[in-house]
Amino acid sequence: MTALPSERLARLSWPRVVFVGLVVLFAVLTVPTLVDKHSWTGVTVTVAVTAILAYVYLTPKRIAARFLVPGTILLLAFQVYPIGYTIDTAFTNYGDGHRLSQSQAVAQIEADSVLEQPGAQRYELSVATKTADISGAFVFFLTDPNGKVERGDAAGLTPVPDSEVTKDQFTGKVITAAGWHILTGIQVNGLGQRLAAFEVPTGGGFIKSVGLSEAYVGQFTMKYDAAAKTMTDTRTGTVYKASDGEFKAVDGSGKTLPIGWKVGVGFKNFTSVLTNAAIRGPFLRVLVWTIAFAVLSVLSTFGLGLLLAVVMDHPRMRGRRLYSSLLLLPYAMPAFISTLVWASMYNKDFGLLNKLFGTHIDWLGSPWSARGSVLLTNLWLGFPYMFLVCAGLLQAVPQELKEVARVDGASPFRVFRSVTMPTVLIGAMPLLIASFGYNFNNFNVIRLLTDGAPYPSGSSTAGDTDILISYTYRLSFGGQGAQYGLASAISFLLFVLVGLISYAGFRQTRQLEEVYAR
Amino acid sequence: MKDRLWWRHLIGIASLVFALVPILFLVSAALNPVGTLSTTSLIPSGASFANFSKLFHDPNSPYVRWYVNTLVICGVSSVLNVLIGVSGAYAFSRLRFRGRRPGLTGILLVQMFPNFLALTALYLLFINIGSVLPAFGLNTSLGLIVVYLGGAMGVNTWLLKGYLDTIPVELDESARIDGATEAQVFFRIILPLARPMLVVVGLFSFVSFLNEIILAGVFLTGSAHKTLAVGLYGLVSGNHNTDYGEFAAGSLLAGIPVVLIYLYLQKYLVKGLTAGAVKG
Repeated sequence: MTALPSERLARLSWPRVVFVGLVVLFAVLTVPTLVDKHSWTGVTVTVAVTAILAYVYLTPKRIAARFLVPGTILLLAFQVYPIGYTIDTAFTNYGDGHRLSQSQAVAQIEADSVLEQPGAQRYELSVATKTADISGAFVFFLTDPNGKVERGDAAGLTPVPDSEVTKDQFTGKVITAAGWHILTGIQVNGLGQRLAAFEVPTGGGFIKSVGLSEAYVGQFTMKYDAAAKTMTDTRTGTVYKASDGEFKAVDGSGKTLPIGWKVGVGFKNFTSVLTNAAIRGPFLRVLVWTIAFAVLSVLSTFGLGLLLAVVMDHPRMRGRRLYSSLLLLPYAMPAFISTLVWASMYNKDFGLLNKLFGTHIDWLGSPWSARGSVLLTNLWLGFPYMFLVCAGLLQAVPQELKEVARVDGASPFRVFRSVTMPTVLIGAMPLLIASFGYNFNNFNVIRLLTDGAPYPSGSSTAGDTDILISYTYRLSFGGQGAQYGLASAISFLLFVLVGLISYAGFRQTRQLEEVYAR
Repeated sequence: MKDRLWWRHLIGIASLVFALVPILFLVSAALNPVGTLSTTSLIPSGASFANFSKLFHDPNSPYVRWYVNTLVICGVSSVLNVLIGVSGAYAFSRLRFRGRRPGLTGILLVQMFPNFLALTALYLLFINIGSVLPAFGLNTSLGLIVVYLGGAMGVNTWLLKGYLDTIPVELDESARIDGATEAQVFFRIILPLARPMLVVVGLFSFVSFLNEIILAGVFLTGSAHKTLAVGLYGLVSGNHNTDYGEFAAGSLLAGIPVVLIYLYLQKYLVKGLTAGAVKG
């Protein structure tokens, strides 16, 4: 049966039409900007997303997709794409010293090598902009020792006739220029990095600023030979050859230039985790502590939670509701706050623990006390959750079964071990596995409490309380020598580990099968 | 057999002490007139609101802005998060379509990746997005919300699917026979029935966004754009002593509403927890 176009139109509900209309409007407004910026990926993505949304919401067939498409698009854009990028990075040497492409690296090395020629002239410098807004582009007004004025921008030098400028009578520095806005010393200072990076190309080199009111002529001391792929230091005559993402000296001294570029390295990041002793050592140490941390956190929180649930589970126990409300507080308190409070309670000089016990212990200072402190805090954060769960599960234990066991002469302990415990464990198992997975990657508690400290001597990237995720985070974003390639490889290993653990867990509890069955 | 109860209360009280000491300490620090960590003890030495007024008037820490930012970011993110999560869950629970099983597995698989380690990619992505759409770039609430929504079709979808599976199919089938469209079944029948679970999932996502410091820390760098977690962390990250009262006062104001909501929703929470929600 084919519907008439008018019938089809009548079946469209207006919220969907409005939604698609808004999306199309958004796309129409965005695409010109994207075209302006030559962002063809952006144009493709915008057009594709709009087309998919219009197709799904305006045609009658794709009912399931209507419920899934928005979430899927967001998932692809902000989770799958970044993950793909990270996995891609895992096969490169990307990181500090290897951030650029090769041509960018060559340009950077050359630019950094600009040195002032000995005995060359210096210029008096004024910096000027077209308008009063100093955030825009600026130019140099340069007065040479003979009083001749030139204007320099990124394209080169243009002579400026004396009639267009007024000059300081002693130094010759340009004070006003027709059509230009000369910046004050404070404004020039405010340009900061932009001023330092600004270069006016001349025939043999560059004019760069030195200080706020002087400029010099510099020349490259590094010369790149594109055919031979070599970089030559003209001062020493050393030749560097491009290989594996960096320039290596060919004289066999092993010297390399500090700026390299990003290249693919295959499985090197993965194998170095296993074979390079300097990486393997910390990695294995952190891995062992990660597993211990996750297991002990689950066991301690579950143990205390179960104990409390059993203690409260008595018909004549008074104040049960008050107890559970108060025990809920650590769970209800936003964890970032509680963790920071615990961090301050452990403080050696001012902390509450030392005050209460009259001690002077550096709780977070030595490896074992720091690990214990992390576990204690995590117990505090987690036990109310386990208490709530266990209390709920205890309600589900069939009373008749307990009765029967008691009548048969079983001791209270025996009833607990053989009747209560199995029922509770069956219910709690999936949650224990989920909790294990959660703690395995419990970044916040480590980051806010110790940030991995203390560090064993000789290791500045892997602390004694670091778990894999905080260690990886430091490799990527730790400030000193970011190693994105290696960090991405470890992220991928973490992904596989957590995946395997969860898979095993789900298999065991058969939860996956149940979900699929429906 | 006469069961004695005193030992039960003993254990109960001991655990209460353990549970409440840090919270009492936080209250005491917030009320401490001197406002430093070194002068704070467990029992408040005086009741002063000096820390609160300092908090509201310190130009370096625009606390009210942080609070508003947090409410907007966490509120919008968690509402949309639940909405996207439950519509995905509806499709997986009620509709039959190609790619359903791989879809479910795929969603779960993506969640196994510690996604904030993909921060570099997100950062670079949002530099580009910001150059075209400044409203969604770095240092904007919208940008962060959109990133948070990337995870909306994730664990929540599984959790909510499990809950929707417990709602009898006969209910929506009879509605369909009466001529209801799929959208009507979803909005008029399923959503109202799933409300308790939606509230729990919404609350948990709200709190997990509230606790999120990594993405928020990288995305929101301007002092006026920060969230409470990033801002309050900044107050104590360098020096634990001097601004401690301010931190405690700010934390207390941030924590009390959440605690009250938890207490109010206590009985729903237990249901949600046993269904497999782990507070992030």
